[in-house]
Amino acid sequence: MSQLTDLTIVQARDGLRAKDFTAEDLTLAHLSAIEALNPRLNAFITVSHSQALDQARAADKALAAGEQLALTGIPLAIKDLFCTAGVRTTAGSKILEPFVPPYESSVTANLLRDGAVFLGKANLDEFAMGSSNMTSAYGPVENPWKRRQDANAVLVPGGSSGGSAAAVAARLAMGATGTDTGGSIRQPASFCGLVGVKPSYGRCSRWGVVAFASSLDHPGPFARTVRDGAILLGSMAGHDPKDSTSADVPVPDYEAACARGVKGLRIGVPAEYRSDDMPGEIEALWRQGLDWLRAAGAEIVDVSLPHTKYGLATYYIVAPAEASSNLARYDGVRFGSRRDGEDLRDLYERTRAEGFGPEVRRRIMIGTYVLSAGYYDAYYLRAQKIRALILKDFTDVFAHVDALLTPTAPSAAFAQGENMDDPIKMYLNDVFTVPANLAGVPAISVPAGLDANGLPLGLQVIGKVFDEETVFAVAAEVERAAGFTALPSIRAGG
Amino acid sequence: MGYAIEGSTGTWEVVVGLEVHAQVISNAKLFSGSATAFGAEPNSQVSFVDAAFPGMLPVINRECVRQAVRTGLGLNAHINVVSHFDRKNYFYPDLPSGYQISQYEHPVVGAGVVEVQLADGSTKQIGVTRLHLEQDAGKSLHDQHPTKSFIDLNRAGVALMEIVSEPDIRSPEEAGAYVRKLRSILRYLGTCDGNMEEGSMRADVNVSVRKHGEPYRTRCEIKNVNSVRFVMLAVEAEAQRQIEVWESGGTVQQETRLFDSARGITRPMRSKEDAHDYRYFPDPDLLPLVLDEAWIEELRLALPELPDARQARFMREYGLTAYDAGVLIAEKETAAFFETVAKGRDAKIAANWVTGDFFAALNRTGGSIENPPVSAENLGKLLDLIADNTINGRIAKDVFEAMLGTGKDPASIVDEKGLRQVTDTSAIDAAVAKIVAANQDKVAEYKSGKDKLFGFFVGQTMKAMAGKGNPTLINEALKKALS
Repeated sequence: MSQLTDLTIVQARDGLRAKDFTAEDLTLAHLSAIEALNPRLNAFITVSHSQALDQARAADKALAAGEQLALTGIPLAIKDLFCTAGVRTTAGSKILEPFVPPYESSVTANLLRDGAVFLGKANLDEFAMGSSNMTSAYGPVENPWKRRQDANAVLVPGGSSGGSAAAVAARLAMGATGTDTGGSIRQPASFCGLVGVKPSYGRCSRWGVVAFASSLDHPGPFARTVRDGAILLGSMAGHDPKDSTSADVPVPDYEAACARGVKGLRIGVPAEYRSDDMPGEIEALWRQGLDWLRAAGAEIVDVSLPHTKYGLATYYIVAPAEASSNLARYDGVRFGSRRDGEDLRDLYERTRAEGFGPEVRRRIMIGTYVLSAGYYDAYYLRAQKIRALILKDFTDVFAHVDALLTPTAPSAAFAQGENMDDPIKMYLNDVFTVPANLAGVPAISVPAGLDANGLPLGLQVIGKVFDEETVFAVAAEVERAAGFTALPSIRAGG
Repeated sequence: MGYAIEGSTGTWEVVVGLEVHAQVISNAKLFSGSATAFGAEPNSQVSFVDAAFPGMLPVINRECVRQAVRTGLGLNAHINVVSHFDRKNYFYPDLPSGYQISQYEHPVVGAGVVEVQLADGSTKQIGVTRLHLEQDAGKSLHDQHPTKSFIDLNRAGVALMEIVSEPDIRSPEEAGAYVRKLRSILRYLGTCDGNMEEGSMRADVNVSVRKHGEPYRTRCEIKNVNSVRFVMLAVEAEAQRQIEVWESGGTVQQETRLFDSARGITRPMRSKEDAHDYRYFPDPDLLPLVLDEAWIEELRLALPELPDARQARFMREYGLTAYDAGVLIAEKETAAFFETVAKGRDAKIAANWVTGDFFAALNRTGGSIENPPVSAENLGKLLDLIADNTINGRIAKDVFEAMLGTGKDPASIVDEKGLRQVTDTSAIDAAVAKIVAANQDKVAEYKSGKDKLFGFFVGQTMKAMAGKGNPTLINEALKKALS
């Protein structure tokens, strides 16, 4: 039998049921993996050792009583953007360094309800703003994968949920929560060889999740298999009356949907996702993915999403605009860090200048600018109109196809220091992921192959709003066909 | 010709529009479950949503929407089936999230109208532009510590209705009448307690002046005026100031001002450099507010009788003048008090007693209509004693005085003090005979044509009978004795 940290959630669930090992064994195996590897990877900002053991022992008690819920005893990493009662929640920012929430986010409360064990809080780009985890005030995260040719280069795990992705890839956790505002789950999943799920907007409650851009923030899971991702999403999802944008729709059995197959499905290939500067191996992998689906009985259809080219520009107006307002509450008055000043204005300026890093400050300034009198119509209002057109693109296309297949990111993981000279270069990482956030449609990144350097590449499946089931079915087929078995260099027991 | 101010360059007209902020009566805040009671311990009614903790989200309180819609219906206004919430962004310590959730472009209530009555008996329609829901801010306390400011967030997030009028108001009197009428309507509806001292209703007063027939000139906004009287004084003071500016060759600058009630002037509140750019945008945490037409109709049908309807009914049912009815209906508690007194009795006499002796006693004792010095039931019984000739009107005043603050039944006071009216004609004849005998000189003068002396004889007779004589019978007896 392989070691405990290599198990999938499905395998661990069966093992716990069969009493092959205890939940405490499982949690201890992960805690010691964290102890061994986290100093290097920096995937966790906070490790909640004793709480995890308490939860594992409670899980064992439940298992002994014959009560096994969806996630009883399964150890997870929680992105440090989810407020966790009694456990410090930093959002990757200095401004929340001392903040210990007295409440539990709805999504993490759902996971706890289903018996999950929380190992700790995963590193992230500050306030989830970034594509490399380089903007975290708690230091960068190292991607556990290495280039074959250049094994010394320290690669980024992607972002913003970089800590979550690195933790699951390196076997420090069996799964993790993330949030995806413009690709923050799918891009790191692609960079780390994982399954990353961004469900429909409204599927997972945002209550208790530190807000970046309210209309674009989507909580979702990371896992090592599509089926594990389905199990995690099934637990995280559900209507929450505390979030007015949460959808009151039933949560279907996602795990069952993974086994549906793709026979008879129509899979769209959006022309606008092709470009001349796309690396050949990504283009090839994409074609390969379409062949797999065709071989499994799907029909491949060329489609058009004509407003795709405006996605990134639209996103980088809407997201900073909302962020500039959402982050106004970090003023040093009621919680978090404060720097006293000569007067009120000075207190605000010092607190925020010292509390926020450069990327957060940049986005607050962009957002403030696009909302200001005289610019609102030209930027924010226009972006909202284009957003509506992008949504219409998807609605039109989904009248003819069941799902779309695209690459997740325009490259494999890059090294720390690369793409750092120009924020626009970094923003381009989101080009394939952003449209699904603007439209609120579900999307999954699934590992499909390796590049020439041996680094993982993901393919993205995008579906109709609230039709995660089809997305899981298609992703599971890609997973099956790809037979992705490569492992990262840095991993527990590796 | 209405209100006008004579300046050195001619006659000026005043143009006023009002933005009234009315705190919604509801148990919980607009977007959180925190309590809203006034006067609680500082920061004892604050949820994590109100304090804008990370990850907290607003959820609209249905009751606040219901109250806003009912108010809109009470103002004869259009109800918008779809409305939106926006964020108004600015930094201040008593605004925890750094933005106020308000309704900027799409308010829940559209155009309506309020009719006011003026002292000269005329009425005027004042247009209501819109009514929208928004959050109140907390309170900054700057006088509690030598170097620090304290913040009380109890009020943060409490629902306010901002009711914006058209610039239809043309005098301090109209401004006062509008605020009074609005307050009355809100109190009838039970959507705002109208308590201006506690700040649950306050007005921003927009004032400009112009020569007759001109388009509007620049206006100034006087913020947070907290009584009807101050609204009227502020209009007058600001109009005078602007006329002086224009007439001395200056230009009125659009700005925000405060009314200094101690000095009776307005002064600038913030300078232009501080002018806020509120960066309004739709709140992405809230979906559009969509109302069900059937629900609106339900609310419309369940509205209580409102001031205008009640005034009309009082005139029709009780035969009161517009003025008396207007006085009685201004406060719904007064109207209810009057109706209890008037029930089954002479309504005009009841109205005279309520607006006369009762109001005077209320003022004198500092009592309130909710806790009156004489109950409506007992005042009614007093009127019964007059009607059935147990006491006369003169004695009734004494009985009323004896009732004040005692809760005593008027009949028992009459019995205790032996104030029952004398209707025994032999006793009256005897008293009259005595007065006539003692004043033979006056009798002679009366008979020689000095008719006015009749009153003297009535007074003397009444006095001799300790005020208890039946006035009609005394008159008859005197006429007989003096003929």
